[in-house]
Amino acid sequence: MSDHTVSLPAGPGTLEAYGPSGPKPRHMFSRRNIFLYGTLIVVALYYLLPLYVMVVTSLKGMPEIRLGNIFSPPMEITFEPWVKAWSSACTGLNCDGLSRGFWNSVRITIPSVILSIALASVNGYALANWRFKGADTFFIILIVGAFIPYQVMIYPIVIILREVGLYGSLSGLVIVHSIFGMPILTLLFRNYFTSMPEELFRAARVDGAGFWGIYFRIMLPMSLPIFVVAIILQVTGIWNDFLFGVVYTRPDTYPMTVQLNNIVNSVQGVKEYNVNMAATILTGLVPLIVYFLSGKLFVRGIAAGAVKG
Amino acid sequence: MSKSERPSQLFRNLNAKIASIPMILTALVIFVGGSAWTVLYSFTSSKLLPRLNFVGLDQYYRLWSVPRWLVSIENLLIYGVLSLLFSLVIGFLLAALLDQKIRFEDTFRTIFLYPFALSFIVTGLVWQWLLNPEFGVQAVVRSLGWESFSFNPLYDSSIVIYGILIAALWQGTGLIMCLMLAGLRGIDEDIWKAARVDGIPTWKTYLFIIIPMMRPVFITTLVIIAAGIVKIYDLVVAQTSGGPGIASEVPAKYVYDYMFFAQNLGQGFAASTMMLLSVIIVIVPWAYLEFGGKKRV
Repeated sequence: MSDHTVSLPAGPGTLEAYGPSGPKPRHMFSRRNIFLYGTLIVVALYYLLPLYVMVVTSLKGMPEIRLGNIFSPPMEITFEPWVKAWSSACTGLNCDGLSRGFWNSVRITIPSVILSIALASVNGYALANWRFKGADTFFIILIVGAFIPYQVMIYPIVIILREVGLYGSLSGLVIVHSIFGMPILTLLFRNYFTSMPEELFRAARVDGAGFWGIYFRIMLPMSLPIFVVAIILQVTGIWNDFLFGVVYTRPDTYPMTVQLNNIVNSVQGVKEYNVNMAATILTGLVPLIVYFLSGKLFVRGIAAGAVKG
Repeated sequence: MSKSERPSQLFRNLNAKIASIPMILTALVIFVGGSAWTVLYSFTSSKLLPRLNFVGLDQYYRLWSVPRWLVSIENLLIYGVLSLLFSLVIGFLLAALLDQKIRFEDTFRTIFLYPFALSFIVTGLVWQWLLNPEFGVQAVVRSLGWESFSFNPLYDSSIVIYGILIAALWQGTGLIMCLMLAGLRGIDEDIWKAARVDGIPTWKTYLFIIIPMMRPVFITTLVIIAAGIVKIYDLVVAQTSGGPGIASEVPAKYVYDYMFFAQNLGQGFAASTMMLLSVIIVIVPWAYLEFGGKKRV
């Protein structure tokens, strides 16, 4: 089964193709419908509750938080916590807010996404169309390696990065993200390119196009959807990373997740829950925006990421 | 793609080989080399720096006598079994509900899945706030009149792991639901028609016909959840920092702390080797079932 065919049908077009199972719906207010929609709405509210509490808390002042309950909407809306979280929340001695972490994360995510996808797409293309002896062996090692806990490989990479002088720098972290993004992305691209009609490739070969010619002029333009899926997968994955950030960067190059954790879990000073929640939303905002904008492509990405083989 | 033999084997397909260099390096140097290196050094007495003075299994004997490691393993087992069970059950039930030709399916799916887009750090911090004993759920229920209500997992060492489980389920069940939904959609409509003609109740059809048919989906999902369980780290760091005391420690955190704080590399390597071992125990039987025998359809 190739991955890109695993898409979750949802929406009027695909619904007909697959056809949902289960008994046919009867009256609008049948007992079955009340149970069905009732359950779904209750569960949906449960899933939405943390988001709601985050937003509400971040808009209250501290006195109101101490008095009221976390579910009540703010009596007086204030954006002070957001401003403070962004520009002056403290982690230890530094008091320049989350903005530094945000820009670090931007400077980590963009090159990591570009590098990892560039490497993996060319690699997947080579595996799909230009097989050479032994290529599949390396590919299997790569896929099996995706299951190895990162903790096993963390320290050897520290040594390697230290040797080449990149330990603690943003470039070092970019390399680490490209390495660990490789298994899933290579799989994604290999399966996609394998499913493309063989005749296309043959015709281009007959016309004298080489390895890079076919990649840039035929494969690349025809595989935009899979590139979008890969970008979604990588942007959310890299933005949300914590472990690599904390291991391979220094305090001044910490990504946003690490800095957020340091701000909220810092033991000094009075806990400002509203600032903490504002900071938490700010950190979650980028992947949330990606998620809500990408819709079905996100689902397709994680399904591809999850259903291996 | 030509299969004919040509003289210069090494330079055939040269561009493809160049393009594969990053993959080859990653596979050999990082995945194979790195793992082997860590396993090798787990038999040494390395402290601040890795040194090759072998001490046999000493690090492992020590590891299994450290209370913190034993707590970590116990937590991982409780968390692992429960999260496996609840993820599968909740994920499947939600998928089955969404598969009833309902309206607003996209909306519901979007809502169930959005936590999966958030990082474990964000998840952990939100639930730390929701479970805060002074202001969170406990305080709200008490203010409604139920004075004796007690739900304080984050500060009660006997139940703290369940507090983490709640957050993890909130974050991860959407993904399981999506995988299950894909599995349900892959089942032929005729099966349902036949079951209806035979007058089999819906729940029985699910239990005895649909779920057995979805075996491959369940196995894949199981492997995904299991691989994620062993890696649990950020969520604990954000939500409890391993506390109260050492009550919510997990193996991945043990590895990190011993490598980068306690400056006891040997212990960190031994602990990470144990993690590798546990993954192998999960993956090898699965890989054998999936790829070893003849391919199931």
